[in-house]
Amino acid sequence: MASTEVVVPASAVRAPCAHCGLPVPPAAAVAGAAHQFCCEGCRAVWAILHEHGLERYYALREGAAPAPAAPADRLYGELDDPAFQARTCRPEPGGRLSTELYLEGVHCSACVWLVEKLPGLVPGVAETRLDLPRSQVRVVWDPRAVPLSAIARRLAALGYTPHPCRGLAGQAARRREDRAMLARIGLAGAVAANVMAIAFALYGGMLDGMEPEFAAFFRWASLLLTVPSLVWGGGVFFRSAFAALRAGTLGMDLPISIGLLAGFAHGVVNTVRGTGEVYFDSVTVLIFLLLSGRYLQRRQQRAAGEATELVASLYPTSARLLESGRVREVPLETLVPGVVVEVRAGDLVPADGVILAGRSTVDLSLLSGESAPQSVAEGARVHAGTLNVSSRIEVRVERTGEDTRVGRLMRLVDEHARRRAPIAQLADRISGPFVAVVLALAGVTFALWARLDPSRALDHAAALLIVTCPCALGLATPLGVSAAIGQAARAGFLIKGGDVLEKLTRPGRMWLDKTGTLTEGRAALLRWLGDPAVKPRVAAAEAHSSHPLARALVRALGAPAPAARLAIEETHGGGIEATVDGHRLVVGSADFVAARTGAVPAAMAAGVGELAGDGLTPVLVAEDGRVSAVAGLGDPLRADAEAALARVRALGWRPGVLSGDDARIAQAVGRRLGLAAADCRGGVTPEDKLRAVLESAGEGPVVMIGDGVNDAAALAAATVGVAVAGGAEAALTAADVFVIRPGVGRIAELLEGSRRAMRVVRRNLLFSLGYNVIGVTLAMTGVLNPLVAAVLMPLSSLTVIVSSYRARTFAPGAREGGRP
Amino acid sequence: MSVLFVLLPVALLFAAVAVGVFVWAARAGQFDDLETPGIRILHDDDEPRRKP
Repeated sequence: MASTEVVVPASAVRAPCAHCGLPVPPAAAVAGAAHQFCCEGCRAVWAILHEHGLERYYALREGAAPAPAAPADRLYGELDDPAFQARTCRPEPGGRLSTELYLEGVHCSACVWLVEKLPGLVPGVAETRLDLPRSQVRVVWDPRAVPLSAIARRLAALGYTPHPCRGLAGQAARRREDRAMLARIGLAGAVAANVMAIAFALYGGMLDGMEPEFAAFFRWASLLLTVPSLVWGGGVFFRSAFAALRAGTLGMDLPISIGLLAGFAHGVVNTVRGTGEVYFDSVTVLIFLLLSGRYLQRRQQRAAGEATELVASLYPTSARLLESGRVREVPLETLVPGVVVEVRAGDLVPADGVILAGRSTVDLSLLSGESAPQSVAEGARVHAGTLNVSSRIEVRVERTGEDTRVGRLMRLVDEHARRRAPIAQLADRISGPFVAVVLALAGVTFALWARLDPSRALDHAAALLIVTCPCALGLATPLGVSAAIGQAARAGFLIKGGDVLEKLTRPGRMWLDKTGTLTEGRAALLRWLGDPAVKPRVAAAEAHSSHPLARALVRALGAPAPAARLAIEETHGGGIEATVDGHRLVVGSADFVAARTGAVPAAMAAGVGELAGDGLTPVLVAEDGRVSAVAGLGDPLRADAEAALARVRALGWRPGVLSGDDARIAQAVGRRLGLAAADCRGGVTPEDKLRAVLESAGEGPVVMIGDGVNDAAALAAATVGVAVAGGAEAALTAADVFVIRPGVGRIAELLEGSRRAMRVVRRNLLFSLGYNVIGVTLAMTGVLNPLVAAVLMPLSSLTVIVSSYRARTFAPGAREGGRP
Repeated sequence: MSVLFVLLPVALLFAAVAVGVFVWAARAGQFDDLETPGIRILHDDDEPRRKP
């Protein structure tokens, strides 16, 4: 989560790094060397590649520089844990094991080549197969020859940081389903093509006449061909229609099943009788098209789901266990109360516990929403899910897993994710009236023709059922939705379910998390009252502190010129005392400064009050015993938040803020965004957020947008939960939509895109209903024959396909680049 | 034209074999990843490695 900026001075652009191609900074350049490297990591990778004769990597790689090698301080010991391996590894012949790892940074054909050369680099590895679109590598290795952690370390040393994959069991099941569906489509397609070919002969016979034994032969052949397609392919629809009926609901699959079965039964009767029309061609084409549409929709939704799982895989799954002074990496699940873990600066705290050694600041924003960092020292309690910001601490574990605050919140998430009733999609809602109308029309047709020509009454009624089989109607939603979800993914919105688009169409209540969502999520200098002359000296002193507020001051005041004389004396958590160029400087909280300089002048005290009133954290600066300035630090609003909320309001949504921060801060942010004070709640616990979402549920759809653990339960309970990037894993898994950029800036695009997508779906439904009206008219008037049906139905499906894929719903990536 | 009584079943037999192969390939996971194998095949060509 920490962002590192690599600043390369212009003078450094001489020889590029032999490995990654980035400019080599002068400090790292070695005079006279044939190959220059920008860092030790790159040098190491280059050496490994040359040692094993793998230089071809450089010839294969495409333009972009590979990720510079990661620091090799991770041991991946948790991958060797028996409990972990029992869960994620499968036995292979010859005593080998196989597992899947997610690799960061694989992006081109050279990566495929290099990763699959791993057996030559690490003895004991039998095979590595990279799946580039999923960034997943399958490793087969001999555990007696080499531990998995050593393989992981080698991959990390090459610059491909490995992570254990989440949800492997679910993934395997989904993959099996996908394969079965594809096999069904293959069969249905082949059957449809062959039956259609035979039907062409029958159409010919319809016009020019055909000897009856040939006609009978062709009919029997198409009947036999249709059976496997209907049973195996069409079974998907029959089962789902039956399940829906048993659950007391109607779905699109019911009219589809009626149409397919009516078409088939009618065909069987006429084949056996040897007279009348058969519609086997239409039935088989219907099955093929409908299966394809369903497959496409599932693949799009799955792609979004897998992409979020991939992001979730980046979250740490190991803790650094301290045993008699040595660090061992173990899986998070194996931590038990009583053990001691090390938490380095920048790491998430793995469990609830008490600090045994070390002082640091922790960022609570993901757990509680409080934006101000908290100073902690020995004896202080820290919680799982918070971020250790400034320095290494040792923590005695007291509670783990489900017993931690995060664990309890995750239980709430599960409860509410289960409880939320799925809404019937538009197409499913109209299926009830659709079935009723179609059956009534079939009845009318039968009754009508029973008077006019009784021998043809059944034929015409059956023809009506077949031609109204809602192929286009069945495709309208899957295609419209899958095309939109695909475009959304390219625009940076990962949408996990098709119903999300529909739920976002009707405006309602929108609750927003503050810290990290509306704001940057890190402190910045927002106001400076008093003498500006002291700024460079403050920067010089604060440059030596790792406290988040100190870092914010340095960022705002600019990198200090190296001070001639500097003596630092930091008091943890309160502030800093320093002598800079002969001036005695005290920078810190009001209490800290007052204790060292005596009374704070009235003007400055008023400034402190003013800043605190605006929800800012005041930092006093005293020079040579006199308070000369007050800095107001706070979590600044994102630049695009105001415009984004204006657009959201223009769409009819009512936004409000739910913040774990102090109410004053929430109000201040709300004022800036033009929100009513009543809609901006501060001091809100995760349970309060959940309650707010549930209370608003009575007023219509509720959208919750957040990024933290504290938002997760509310995200799961909301009609639609939207997680923004840069937050906690809990939010990611609880939400229905994941925005791959941090912040709220593009939320209006999501709403507008969903509206456009639903407009496409509605247009599709209208088109297909239009075709059905034509079909019904033809069937009732007795004009319909298999040839007309064979033209009409693919035509209607084609209209829907074109309408879905031609539509621009979500802005493509090109537009994204043009936006600030 | 009675040759059709033989030709059609023979043609369908061919189709059945093709469908059988496709179903086997789909179930064996041949279509799981459509991108990487296309890249992989380019690499195998140049083995063994030539030193410049």
